[in-house]
Amino acid sequence: MLKLIFRRVALTLPTFVALMFVTFVAVRMVPGDPIEARTGERGIAPERLAALRHDLGLDQPVWKQFLDYAYGLLHGDFGVSIVTKTPVLHEFLILFPATLELALCALVFAIVLGIPAGVLAAVKRGSVLDHSVMTVALAGYSMPIFWWGLLLIMFVSEYLGLTPVSGRMDLINYYFEPVTGFMLIDSLLSGQEGAFGAAVAHLILPSIVLGTIPLAVIARMTRSSMLEVLGEDYVRTARAKGLSPLRVVGLHALRNALIPVVTVVGLQTGTLLAGAVLTETIFAWPGVGKWLIESISRRDYPALQGGIMLISAIVILVNLIVDMLYVAINPRIRHG
Amino acid sequence: MPLLSIRNLSVTFSTARGPFRAVDGVDLDVEAGELVAIVGESGSGKSVAMLAVMGLLPWTAKVSADRLEFDGRDLLTLSPRERRRIVGRDLAMIFQEPMSSLNPCFTVGFQIREAMAAHLDLSRAQRQARAVELLELVGIPEPERRLKAFPHQLSGGMSQRVMIAMALACKPKLIIADEPTTALDVTIQAQILDLLLRLQRESGVGLVLITHDMGVVAETSQRVCVQYAGQQIEMQPTRGLFRDPHHPYTAALLAALPERASGRLLPSIPGVVPGLADRPRGCLFSPRCRFATDTCRNVPPPRAGAELGFALCHTPLVDGVPQRREMAA
Ligand SMILES: Nc1ncnc2c1ncn2[C@@H]1O[C@H](COP(=O)(O)OP(=O)(O)O)[C@@H](O)[C@H]1O
Ligand code: SF4
Ligand SMILES: [Mg+2]
Repeated sequence: MLKLIFRRVALTLPTFVALMFVTFVAVRMVPGDPIEARTGERGIAPERLAALRHDLGLDQPVWKQFLDYAYGLLHGDFGVSIVTKTPVLHEFLILFPATLELALCALVFAIVLGIPAGVLAAVKRGSVLDHSVMTVALAGYSMPIFWWGLLLIMFVSEYLGLTPVSGRMDLINYYFEPVTGFMLIDSLLSGQEGAFGAAVAHLILPSIVLGTIPLAVIARMTRSSMLEVLGEDYVRTARAKGLSPLRVVGLHALRNALIPVVTVVGLQTGTLLAGAVLTETIFAWPGVGKWLIESISRRDYPALQGGIMLISAIVILVNLIVDMLYVAINPRIRHG
Repeated sequence: MPLLSIRNLSVTFSTARGPFRAVDGVDLDVEAGELVAIVGESGSGKSVAMLAVMGLLPWTAKVSADRLEFDGRDLLTLSPRERRRIVGRDLAMIFQEPMSSLNPCFTVGFQIREAMAAHLDLSRAQRQARAVELLELVGIPEPERRLKAFPHQLSGGMSQRVMIAMALACKPKLIIADEPTTALDVTIQAQILDLLLRLQRESGVGLVLITHDMGVVAETSQRVCVQYAGQQIEMQPTRGLFRDPHHPYTAALLAALPERASGRLLPSIPGVVPGLADRPRGCLFSPRCRFATDTCRNVPPPRAGAELGFALCHTPLVDGVPQRREMAA
């Protein structure tokens, strides 16, 4: 097991180097630079511009900037934001819990709905239920996040007035210091009445929007995996024991059908974090996604680069965990 | 009253190419403690007929019968819940593919204890004790350790022993064993079969044995049921069947048998079983039957009486000679 983990980690190193290079170049290919982005329309005296560029090291040859950056990364230094002058890692860590909370809620939404939907569709294959589940899943999969988010805000928040339009918390009525960074937990810790409810209300729409694509993927994967498993001999054996359909399907079949689904859920981390960028922007959710978008418009090279590197590291880490989970839940691999 | 009583059992699958009748008019009685063999070429509907008894066919199958009774209860009118109380407890089945019949995600012990938990009023400790006892009974060494094993850690023979233990867990009245050794290594087929037959003798459980091994049939079974293309074409006490087969198919089968009959494969006779498309109008065996007449080819044969082995034939054989019943009538 340890060897396996070690090998997987080693394998990700080249990916990181390539990623570092690509983000470094891509970030600088966006027209304009941090100084122009800040001075905007007003313009700036050429001498002053040159001085500022020198301060930021932007007058150095690009290869030198890259080596400096790589050197810093090797020492765990993600650089300092040009705009806020705070270390990128620090900013990221402050904002990340918001994104993580949103992504986890979206994932829970997708799993809690997607797995039962997939199982039911498989058990009732060919039925109206099956066809509806699959049609909705296809629609969900091809739903543009931005449009879907605006649609839900217009209908649920504006028209029905059921949920807040944006943000993580109702800051007029509640204020408390972040402890864990997770609003659901912090609101409970604060002991303020109604704070937890407000946190949940703020999470609902963003979670649905972000969870829709994973939901569709999980439902479809569960269905096809389940269909395959239901035809297996051991499912027939389970029925031959006189077990209830719930136990046959929900234990014997599902336990096997979930093995590939776990992998798919793991692969959704990338989708989730990418989707978070859009979702956070729509809902003014103060997480790393919104921060990255803002960093683009400010041409905040270190923030942008560091943010992308950190998010990629998380995706890779989660995939590693999923791989281990896959081994853990699959006795055929576990006991070689 | 027989333990299992089947009359005119038919199973029709709805397939993409239309309905397909895989089992067509099977009758069978099994008395308590009796060993009945079912023989017939692959695809003759042996498994499907027995899966119908167990209630394990997929939803595409439609089962009908004039009678389908087990232990005095009508399986056809039983609610699914009531049926599940019988299946797995009084009526158990052992399948052809032991390796794929065990769930890869659960330990052997879990899967054996589970059957007991579903039907018997035993404590956890009692179930564990009985599971150990069962593995000893089926000849698995180090039972405590084996109970913790996952199916992929077992050989085919071991897996089938576990399946047998599982079938015996709730002390059933009848076991259906569907070619229990076909998928195993030649070297261990005899061991597993001997084990099954010994346990059957010792416990007095009824056994329906689907097999290709005519030697085993001759030595162990009390009665034989012969199936062809979904139809039951003959049923006789074993001794009578081997001495004087009444259906030409049975006769051909026995004639093709090597002297010391212990082949694992059913002896082959020329021709093939008709499929969905090329089903003859009359007797299904007529394309391969050396006694076939025009009547045979055009009119489905009637079923003869018990004295002629219920042979499904216009002219059942007696001492190898066709008997022209039309003339007698
Ligand atoms: N689920 C199914 N759908 C359609 N046809 C089936 C199905 N299961 C079995 N059959 C068909 O029924 C016939 C009898 O099969 P089976 O009972 O397995 O034969 P065997 O005598 O070898 O056990 C075969 O022609 C088989 O193709
Ligand atoms: S009915 Fe005719 S063809 Fe069929 S088995 Fe009897 S003799 Fe042969
Ligand atoms: Mg079969």
